[in-house]
Amino acid sequence: MAEISKAGLSGFLARQGIIVAFAVFMIVFAIANPRFIDIDNISGVIRSSAILGVMALGVTFVVIGGNLDLSVGSMMSFSTIVVLDLHDKIGPALAIPAMFGMTLCLGAFIGFLVGYLKLNSLIVTLGMLSAIHGLTLTYSGGQNMDIADKRGTWFNVFGQGDIIGIPIPILMFALLAAGLGVVLSRTAFGRKVYAVGGNGTAAVFSGIPRARIVFLTYLMSSFCVAMAGLMQASRSLGSQNTVGQGLELEVLAAVILGGASLLGGSGTIFKTVIGVLILGFIQNGLLLMGLAFYAQYVVTWVIIILAVWLDIAAKRGRLLSPIA
Amino acid sequence: MTDQSPILRLENIVKAFPGVRALDGVSLDLRPGEVHALMGENGAGKSTLMKVLGGLHQPNEGKIYIGEKQVVMDRPQTAKQNGVVFIHQELSLADELSVAENIFLGELPRKSLGRVDWEKLYTDTDAILDRLNVGFNARTRVGDLSIANQQMVEIARALTVDPRAVIFDEPTASLTDSEKVVLFDVIADLQSRGVGVIYISHRMEEIFKITDRISVLRDGSYRGTLNTAETNEEDVTQLMIGRKLDLSRNKVQHEMGDVALEVRNLSCGKLFHDVSFTVRKGEVVGFYGLVGAGRTEIAETIFGLREPSAGKILLDGQEVTINSPQDAIARGISLVPEDRKGQGLVLGMNCRDNMTLPQIGELTSGPFTSDKAEVAIFDKYHDALDIRTPGWRQTVGNLSGGNQQKIVIGKWLSMHPKVLIVDEPTRGIDVGSKSEIHNLIRDLAAQGYAVIVVSSEMPEVLHVSDRIVAMFSGRVMREFTTEEVTENNLVQAISGLSEDRVA
Repeated sequence: MAEISKAGLSGFLARQGIIVAFAVFMIVFAIANPRFIDIDNISGVIRSSAILGVMALGVTFVVIGGNLDLSVGSMMSFSTIVVLDLHDKIGPALAIPAMFGMTLCLGAFIGFLVGYLKLNSLIVTLGMLSAIHGLTLTYSGGQNMDIADKRGTWFNVFGQGDIIGIPIPILMFALLAAGLGVVLSRTAFGRKVYAVGGNGTAAVFSGIPRARIVFLTYLMSSFCVAMAGLMQASRSLGSQNTVGQGLELEVLAAVILGGASLLGGSGTIFKTVIGVLILGFIQNGLLLMGLAFYAQYVVTWVIIILAVWLDIAAKRGRLLSPIA
Repeated sequence: MTDQSPILRLENIVKAFPGVRALDGVSLDLRPGEVHALMGENGAGKSTLMKVLGGLHQPNEGKIYIGEKQVVMDRPQTAKQNGVVFIHQELSLADELSVAENIFLGELPRKSLGRVDWEKLYTDTDAILDRLNVGFNARTRVGDLSIANQQMVEIARALTVDPRAVIFDEPTASLTDSEKVVLFDVIADLQSRGVGVIYISHRMEEIFKITDRISVLRDGSYRGTLNTAETNEEDVTQLMIGRKLDLSRNKVQHEMGDVALEVRNLSCGKLFHDVSFTVRKGEVVGFYGLVGAGRTEIAETIFGLREPSAGKILLDGQEVTINSPQDAIARGISLVPEDRKGQGLVLGMNCRDNMTLPQIGELTSGPFTSDKAEVAIFDKYHDALDIRTPGWRQTVGNLSGGNQQKIVIGKWLSMHPKVLIVDEPTRGIDVGSKSEIHNLIRDLAAQGYAVIVVSSEMPEVLHVSDRIVAMFSGRVMREFTTEEVTENNLVQAISGLSEDRVA
């Protein structure tokens, strides 16, 4: 009996290791500093993670489909700058759809290159990271973008508003996560994404249009980026050209922390949300523990590597292995 | 030979994994100069036993002796140091490196300052290659070799250490008949040097041709060892599956309907040329030929994976254009592909999701997939095909080869196709499941399916087909009815020797 329950426990750890790790982090930080579990602090962390989180939702689709997306950071800068610029030129009601349209075009372009032309996603999106940055700078002329009349616009609602006390960014993140979670787990499209990422050849042999599915994952990713750009612009009502710089790695870290395989075919929206929260709470916890801000970059990286290592170690049942 | 003391002895090996006892007190001994077959259905414990011997798994109980000395195989290197080498079914070669580099990978000869001694590397390699009598040299890039020659590289790698025991794990799975001959010569050569060979295979003809003794495992336990000369296929099979197996060639004849599929003068570049044939409802047409004869390519063209350069495909007498697998599926064509793991299944997905994959778009209620409809399909084919799995949530990668194949067959039957193409239906599958799948194919024909079976195994083609199309080098050489076919004229046709071509 003892053996069975032990196997059950290790099996549980292997499957749900990331949630256990999350719980452990929370407890340790809470003991170190009780302010950590203060409701205001928790709400603050989720709120500041919301933008990263929304982007991670889209990238989850891309990664499960067997590809990478390193362009989301600079694409988010682009969306933010564009919507802020158009806000004063054509008004927020038109600026928002126009920005979504332009961002989706970028996603479609990447999706075309990776899906239909079958180019390597790492190369394509790494290139796009730089190309979109150039596009943004060209568009803005290198200038920071500001809304002229910050008090007279309703545009700040997406970043600063709240409904019955719940901040709207959190609400948007939650709704989008719920919606995309259902798309991924309960629709035919979601199933096809898993199939294409799990074994693209078998998917083709099953009559699944691989190219179109990959294309659509990038379209979803760019939609989420546009959403994140909207939240970012609305929160600050002004922005630098580099607002999203480096976010692509944090997004990818959150998705991988959640347990999606970089090889594709596995992962869930729920786990990505957990990954996003872990990342947010780690950074917040370190800050509360009085760690210098810059040291966080290093510590965050160490914790991510540790989490990923423990995750694969749990799957193969030992810490070191000559074969993966 | 019987008096010689064994060079290798496994004694009462027990290996338990959480939930299963994979090996339950298995013993085995290997004498110098003998070829010892290790047989058993998939999942019987052959691979686990060999992993224990190779130091990849540690046994819970039991001992391993090399000669008279007890050895603890704590890691793969220990096995190699003791002269026990493995030749795996799945090749583990670096395509971009030369033959020599692959053979001596990890132990390249060195000069001062750690520089590689290329000259010595190439001469040593060529010396080994000479023994194997192969048509390539030490400098050839491995990626440029055929699968059979890559297998030879694996064997050459084993010969670098002057082995005492060599374990072949399904070495002929991807070899053609002529390539097998070379392999058997190599084994005979090893034998004559007093090396013991453990030979794992599902193929009875080979086992009876080259082995001295046969040990059988079933469900992780040892079932006995037979002298090959004193036994026959039936006895071995019975030992393996615990029941009698009907391997007879007699088939129930059943009614055939109209022509379901007609292919006229179909060509596809250099792959195949001017191929014509018909398949009627209720008929099984077997495609037999050597690897590379174009059989799989024809199947893939009909299924929309390749674009034909000329010719027509007619379904129920109507000419159709098929540009993609989606087109083929929509028109009622199903393909059970040759490479089960690479093309047939998403190994990380569960059984049900694999089975419903081609029609997941239709199994919806509103915008969502319908669990109920999906499970209903799984249950139906789970029962109909007798798929052994704990439940639909089981990951397909954990099933045995036979059950995996049944999942793929179930997946395509659930599409209710007019034409079912099955490419290498029993490759790498144990005898028990093999005959089940053969019976299944006959049953499907009896139910009115038009079936094409592509196979490299003659007994299989003879057993399941109503008509046989023999191919050679991209062309149809001859068509046989079951009455006129003999093993002899079939072999002639697929070797390109047949004079009377029927196109």
